Amino acid sequence: MEIFLNGLRQALALIFSLDPNLLEIVRLSLEVSGLALVISAAMGLPAGLFLGLKHFRGKRFIVALVYTGMGLPPVVVGLTIYLLLSRQGPLGNLGWLFTPRAMIVTQSILALPLIVGFTMTSIAAIPSDLIMQLRSLGATRRQVVFTLLYEARTGVFAALVAGFGAIISEVGSVLIVGGNIEHKTRVLTTAIVLETRKGNFSLAMALGIILLAITFTANWLLLHLQGRLDPRHQ
Amino acid sequence: MNPILRLEAIRHSYGEHFTLRIPELSILPGEIFAVVGPSGAGKSTLLRILNFLEKPQQGRVYFHERAYTASNLPIALRRRMVAVFQQPLLLNASVWRNVSYGLRVRGSRNGHEAIQQALDDVRLSHLARQPVDRLSGGEAQRVSLARALVLNPEVLFLDEPTANLDPSNVRIIEEIIRKANQARGTTVVLITHNIWQARRLAHRVALLFDGEIIETADVDAFFHRPQDPRTAAFLSGDLIY
Repeated sequence: MEIFLNGLRQALALIFSLDPNLLEIVRLSLEVSGLALVISAAMGLPAGLFLGLKHFRGKRFIVALVYTGMGLPPVVVGLTIYLLLSRQGPLGNLGWLFTPRAMIVTQSILALPLIVGFTMTSIAAIPSDLIMQLRSLGATRRQVVFTLLYEARTGVFAALVAGFGAIISEVGSVLIVGGNIEHKTRVLTTAIVLETRKGNFSLAMALGIILLAITFTANWLLLHLQGRLDPRHQ
Repeated sequence: MNPILRLEAIRHSYGEHFTLRIPELSILPGEIFAVVGPSGAGKSTLLRILNFLEKPQQGRVYFHERAYTASNLPIALRRRMVAVFQQPLLLNASVWRNVSYGLRVRGSRNGHEAIQQALDDVRLSHLARQPVDRLSGGEAQRVSLARALVLNPEVLFLDEPTANLDPSNVRIIEEIIRKANQARGTTVVLITHNIWQARRLAHRVALLFDGEIIETADVDAFFHRPQDPRTAAFLSGDLIY
C-alpha cells in the first residue's frame, strides 16, 4: 500500500514538475502507439469493412486467422520482427532495429487484427439491404462506405479503443525490437520494467499511474467523440 | 407517349427453380403503376431490376429510351429515382438526419425548407429531432417516405410500403403517394400484395405470378374485366399458389 501511495505522490510530483525525461518518454509512447494506431486503422478499417460485407470462398479461414491474431502474443510478434529486421534478416538493410520505427511496426501488427475483427463484426451486424437503400437514395460507392462506417461507429470506436489499449500497455514486443534505449526507444512500459528491475518501485508505480492516466484520457476522448455522434445528441 | 422505364426480354433466375421472365413492360411518365401478386412471385426482384439496383442476367432496362445497367447508370440518372422498401432501413440517427441524407449525398446545403416540408407532409415535424429508434413502425415508414420525397424524384419505387401497418398509417401513406403523383407528377411504381391498395391508388395494374406478368391493364379494366382467368381467380381469392 505504501509503495502505491508513494507511487501516486511521485507520479503527481513528476507530472507537475514537468520532468523533461518523463515528458520525453510520454511523448515517444504517444508517438509510437498513436502512429501504430493510425497505420493499423488505415489498413484494418477497410479490411474489416470488406470482410463484414463480402462473402467469398475461404472467408471462414481468413476470419479464423483474424480471430487468432486478436490474441497474438506480443513477444512472438516482437521476436518475428526482430528476426526480420536484424542484420542477417531479410529486412536488415532497413536499419530499423532498435528504433521507434520497429516499435511502430510491431504495435501496428498487434493492433491490426483487433481493429479488423471489431470492425468486421459491427459491419456484419448492419442489415445488408441498407446498402441497396443507400444506393437508391443516390449515394456513391464511397458515400455508401462512409455511411456504413458511421452506422457501425460503436463497433469502430470499440476497435480503436481496444487497439490503442492493447498497444500502449504492451511491453514484450517493444522491449525486443526497441531495446529500451534511453532518449531513443524508451517508452512508458519499458521504463516501468527497467525501474522495477532497479528496485525503484515507487518510480515504476508512478510511471504505471501515468500510463493508466494516458490510456484513460485517450479512451475518454474517444468515448466523448462517440457520444457526440450519438443521435440523442444531434 | 414514350415510356419512362422499359424492360425488354428480361430473364433472371435465382433460387433453384425461380425465373423472372418479362418479355416487355413499360412504365409511363406520371402514372402510378401497381404490380400485384402473391408472395414469392418476383415482385421485389422486378422492382430492383427496374430501379437498376440489380442487373438482370438477360435483357435490357431502358430509362428514357436508353439502355443502362446497374453498373453503368450515371449517378445523375440514378439520383432521379428513389426506392422505399418494406423495411424502413433508417440510419441510426435523428429523424431530421435521415430525411436529409439524400440531399447531403448530393452536396445540397439548402434543403432546410424541403426537409421541413417533407416532414410536414408525413406529419412528423414534431419528431424531427427524435432518434429513430424511438419511432413506431408506422412513423419509421413515414420517415422513410419523407426521405425519398424530399428528393423530388422523377420515379418513386415503393415495395410493399404499408405492409404490417395499421389502417391510420396506411391512409396517411396512401395520401402522400397520391399527392406526390398528382402535385409533382412523380411516376410511382408500387409493389403490393394488397389488391385494394392497388385499386385505390393505381392508374394501371399488372399481375405478376410465378415470375411472369399475366396481365397488365388500366385499373378499371383490371378489376372489372380481367382478360386472363388467373387474374380473375387472383382477384376473387381463388388462385391457388
